[in-house]
Amino acid sequence: MKQVDTAEVGDAVRASPRGLLGPSWNLVRRQLQQVLAFASLIVLVAFFAIANPNFLTWSNLSGILLSTAVIGILALGTTFVIITSGIELSLGTGMTLAAVMTGVMLTGWGLPLVVGVVGGVLTGALIGLINGLSIAVLKIPPFIATLAMMLIAQGLALVISGTAPIYFTDVPGFTDIALSSVIPGVRLPSAVLILFALTAIAAVILAKSLLGRYSFAIGSNEDAASLSGIAVRKWKIAVYTLSGCFMGIAGVVLASRLNSAQPALGIGYELQAIAAVVIGGTSLQGGKGSIVGTLIGALIVGTVTNGLRIMSIPQEWQSIVIGLVILAAVYIDILRRGR
Amino acid sequence: MMKRRAVLAAAPGAALLLAGCGDDATEGLDPDKPYVALVSKGFQHQFWQAVQEGAEQAAEEFGVEITFEGPESESEVAQQIDMLQTALDRNPDAIGFAALDSQASAPLMTEAESRGVPVIAFDSGVDSDVPVTTASTDNLAAAALAAERMVELIGGAGKVALVVHDQTSVTGVDRRDGFTKYIEENAPDVEIVDVQYGAGDQLESTNIATAIIEGNPDLAGIYGANEGSAIGVVNAVQELDRVGEIVVIGFDSGQAQMDAIRGGVMAGAITQNPVGIGYETVKAAAAAINGEDLPETIDTGFYWYDATNIDDAEIQAVLYE
Repeated sequence: MKQVDTAEVGDAVRASPRGLLGPSWNLVRRQLQQVLAFASLIVLVAFFAIANPNFLTWSNLSGILLSTAVIGILALGTTFVIITSGIELSLGTGMTLAAVMTGVMLTGWGLPLVVGVVGGVLTGALIGLINGLSIAVLKIPPFIATLAMMLIAQGLALVISGTAPIYFTDVPGFTDIALSSVIPGVRLPSAVLILFALTAIAAVILAKSLLGRYSFAIGSNEDAASLSGIAVRKWKIAVYTLSGCFMGIAGVVLASRLNSAQPALGIGYELQAIAAVVIGGTSLQGGKGSIVGTLIGALIVGTVTNGLRIMSIPQEWQSIVIGLVILAAVYIDILRRGR
Repeated sequence: MMKRRAVLAAAPGAALLLAGCGDDATEGLDPDKPYVALVSKGFQHQFWQAVQEGAEQAAEEFGVEITFEGPESESEVAQQIDMLQTALDRNPDAIGFAALDSQASAPLMTEAESRGVPVIAFDSGVDSDVPVTTASTDNLAAAALAAERMVELIGGAGKVALVVHDQTSVTGVDRRDGFTKYIEENAPDVEIVDVQYGAGDQLESTNIATAIIEGNPDLAGIYGANEGSAIGVVNAVQELDRVGEIVVIGFDSGQAQMDAIRGGVMAGAITQNPVGIGYETVKAAAAAINGEDLPETIDTGFYWYDATNIDDAEIQAVLYE
């Protein structure tokens, strides 16, 4: 197993006939998928640019990037989970709990900014760790384990905050985490930079680290991965903890953008993140996926939502269009793979 | 309380089991006082906590015991119906109910009537003949006042947009229609360019308001129809650096909205009287238990507040952080 030095361990384990064509063909197919996804994004941008003159302005494009940041960061982390054929439903409320903990540390305990931020990220990591332990050690199915955590995190966020929003008005510099300008004079908020930096980090982890390679192996065939000597339980715990870190970062970015931790917010964000992952070509059956795909998936959702809003399309139709985009994206992927 | 215990004891095993499984909301209440069960639309929002505060004041004053509960979010219609059912099963002397969906609660309204339990509707109306009275803000009139101020502040002409929490609840519909109707009837030169719905979610509403402003660069004013929507609008105007160029009008209060008004980002907002809603509901319940006649509706009032009057005692009394 360890000799196979690409992120395509999954396909190799599945030993599909196409695998015989060799890694170079696989590489082409993998690139093709991302090129296709990127092309869809460009087509969408072009469509909205023609449909509404106010769409293709720098201010609006950077607005799309900013509105994609939170869901995008959640989606990056959960890509790993979905590649292992797991699922993560506690993303939304876990993110909220992380934001609330940051709020408590910064405004309640008066800790320094850095400590509050790290504390929020660690809260996310702890939620992920507990998810991983429930799934890998207690053998609770991921859907159930993270569903339970979704409820627990929601309740804890409300209890800890006293069911009231926590405001960061008295924490100087907190809103700068998400909203400071990266380039002076140009509207490019730092949350966008955080999204891109995390995309790069996640892509490297997925492609170059053992964690990434074993994620594919576990998702393709857990028994085979176990037989070939991979400590499946340990790596599953690591994957959920990593996803938790991203959840925590999303919580801090969200709190920074809203200048507050809103304890009642969060339900539904997990599904938006999962939608972005799926549109990006990651299979819910596991064993297949890419980080760049997830970023493009999140941007497609953000672009469609923004474009429809700019055109003043009623909300109810926006939901229908996003639903159709998910169906189309996954179906095209199935066609392309000839399943 | 004795009466309720008897009912529970006589109920079949399943009901007992259910009762044992956590419906102990009435524990610790004085059994000699009349019991009023209040089912609200939520408990997390500051607004509902202020309603509860008013209800507790009235309970103290009029010598009744109350319980106050609500679903986790304002889209949990089914959960709220369960709560109403459970509240009815506790055999209260009166019920206060703020319907998320008045149609969905119709069968339970009938059940309350057949059991002879008077129902006081609060916050939004219940579309039924059963409630003996409704204690609520006149949202249509309140939204019309927001529109009137908007027209004045943008100088009688220009484009305006609305960010509303939802298109199905009575408050969402009334706060939209009260605003748009006023503009249509009184301000021919004001154009409503967009109405979008953000579920009161601050991030969602921020993204919506951003897109509306980007799509209409010459927008003169934007109105957020509840706290979350209004904060979303404030965030968008700040992020896009359009403070002072776009007139922002909000609804309800909360610390962020008050800060925005004090800081000049928001021109002003409509506040309801949440404490008054809770107070009037329990007061009406006590009156109904005593067999007194009640008016069909009890207007709990609303106010316009801005930087000039935000610190007045009258306004401070109805604002919540």
